[in-house]
Amino acid sequence: MTLTVTDLAIARGGVPVLEGLSFALPAGKALILRGPNGIGKTTLLRTLAGLQPPLSGRIEGAEDRIAYAAHSDGLKPTLTVTENLTFWASVFGTRDIQPALEAFALNELADRHAGNLSAGQKRRLGLARMLVTGRPIWMLDEPTVSLDKTAVAMFADAVRAHLRQGGSALIATHIDLGLDGEVLDVGPNKARPKALDDFDGGFL
Amino acid sequence: MIALLLRDLKLSFRAGGGFGLGLAFFLIVTVLVPFSVGPQSSLLATIAPGVLWLGALLACLLSLDRLLALDWEDGSLDLLATAPLPLESVVTIKALAHWITTGLPLVLAAPVLGVLLNLPGPGFGWLVVSLLIGTPALSVIGTFGAALTVGLKRGGLLLSLLVLPLYVPTLIFGAEVARRGATGMEVQTPLLMLAGITAAAVALLPFASAAVLRINLR
Amino acid sequence: MSIAAKANALWEYANPRKFLATSERVLPFFWISSALFLVVGLVWGFFFTPDDYKQGSTVKIIYLHVPSALMAINCWLMMLVTSLVWLVRRHHVSALAARAAAPIGIVMTLIALATGAIWGQPMWGTWWAWDPRLTSFLILFLFYLGYIALWEAIEDPDTAADLTSVLCIVGSVFAILSRYAVNFWNQGLHQGASVMRAGAITGTDTTEKVSNVFFYPLLTCIIGFVLLFIALVLYRTGTEIRARRIKALLARERVNG
Repeated sequence: MTLTVTDLAIARGGVPVLEGLSFALPAGKALILRGPNGIGKTTLLRTLAGLQPPLSGRIEGAEDRIAYAAHSDGLKPTLTVTENLTFWASVFGTRDIQPALEAFALNELADRHAGNLSAGQKRRLGLARMLVTGRPIWMLDEPTVSLDKTAVAMFADAVRAHLRQGGSALIATHIDLGLDGEVLDVGPNKARPKALDDFDGGFL
Repeated sequence: MIALLLRDLKLSFRAGGGFGLGLAFFLIVTVLVPFSVGPQSSLLATIAPGVLWLGALLACLLSLDRLLALDWEDGSLDLLATAPLPLESVVTIKALAHWITTGLPLVLAAPVLGVLLNLPGPGFGWLVVSLLIGTPALSVIGTFGAALTVGLKRGGLLLSLLVLPLYVPTLIFGAEVARRGATGMEVQTPLLMLAGITAAAVALLPFASAAVLRINLR
Repeated sequence: MSIAAKANALWEYANPRKFLATSERVLPFFWISSALFLVVGLVWGFFFTPDDYKQGSTVKIIYLHVPSALMAINCWLMMLVTSLVWLVRRHHVSALAARAAAPIGIVMTLIALATGAIWGQPMWGTWWAWDPRLTSFLILFLFYLGYIALWEAIEDPDTAADLTSVLCIVGSVFAILSRYAVNFWNQGLHQGASVMRAGAITGTDTTEKVSNVFFYPLLTCIIGFVLLFIALVLYRTGTEIRARRIKALLARERVNG
């Protein structure tokens, strides 16, 4: 099933940032989200994930199908790697965390407390969470921060495997992951200021 | 849902989880009271039910700012909000976990501290009953306050200010049950009111808490 | 004009511009008439009514105490209504009116508490008693304080409006609960709400009636307070709208940098 976005406008802190955005993300495809800092990539991902309402426009095929990875991974430092993953697995109603541990080479760290992991290891654990959600659409916000070359390759492999299984991914990133995905540049969709006597005339 | 409850309990019992903080505070307040009002046993017996209720309430209040703040800071709340679990369940379970780790120990400790304050014999049972029925309301109302202030940097004081007036009816009826129980008066009316408040709060407030949490997550 | 069209015409005032234009036109009327009613009511009440046979001249504080207490409660009710309107219809003016009204409400509550204390001193021999009515007003004061503090604490205006609206609704339920709880907790020294009871006004209720000599100046004062409240809310809402407009313009400038 395709995620379809039609004429979307979104706001951050009440100020419109993007408008007139339309794209489709079919199953098995990846879309690389690009644009200058502050353009609203994170806001777009949060909107698609259902965390905030769009100003206008339609989002179809997103309901309960999105796994979202934000800047922070929601890891609990006093729980072990296994416990962290098992928790998210049971929240999403899946059982097997072994493939996720393997995909991100976390087996050796399985019994370590998340608080004792390095930044890169934490990030890998956070990304492994995507695998245990069992959801088809991945939304990743700068997933490769603090990852080394090997880990980036690991991540790219995991995304490729996910696409092969019929999943899709929307990835906001500035580095080249070597995925054969299309690029979605939101730069041209920067919201223009509203006319002075528009909506709620007195304010803007 | 069970997974979230178990995780919260586990987190609370592990290092730095804050389990026992409320209990320690309860102990401190109770021990300090005789130093400030004097050691006369008759005076202590009169004020014991009220002091114990107030101590329990403040101990609850003290632990509220950790209730959602940690999950907010590390991004867990964002992720939970996109999970299949409705936010109403999330906040209910958070409140339940708070009650198990804070409210329930207070209920169990109250009779011991009652001895220190010379609580009259018949009062012990009613004190435990009133706390057992009343503390869940404190946790649920507190969760609402925590959800309101979750995004704020220094929300602790504001949280107390917001929750304080909301705690008034629970405190009045709860302490009234304990006080009447201690003096051998009938407790039915305040007990019913207390149970009513708890039932209504548990049934309705999670919707308000989830609503404000959604607003804060935007 | 059909009813639906009339209703729509009413919502037009939710447009900030229209609101500002209209409120600026009617404000002088409210300022002048409230001053008129207050001066007449207070002078009449203070200088041209007899002393009460029991309470002496202290009874005259009633001309400040009762109207401010009424407005303290009605202000919260107004905030409740405007909060609901904001949550349902998303009219910014409605949320801003609630925000504008809160400080007025808290001042009214303080006036009611202070005049109550001043009245209580000679009457009950104490500045403060944990009387149910006084206690309820103290709790109302805390509600106002929390509400205002929440508005001030949140940066994003829409988030602040949403959260304070929910707080206002939940707070209203708990305020009513507190009122009952406090009544149950202490039966109190305070006389009943003698002004608004039919028996008190017509004089059939002889035990606690406020006689007509006191009633008419009191009514004048109440009308004066209502008019003053409306004037203050309109004025402060206008200020909030302008402040909000500046904020919106600044935000837009930052975005377009």
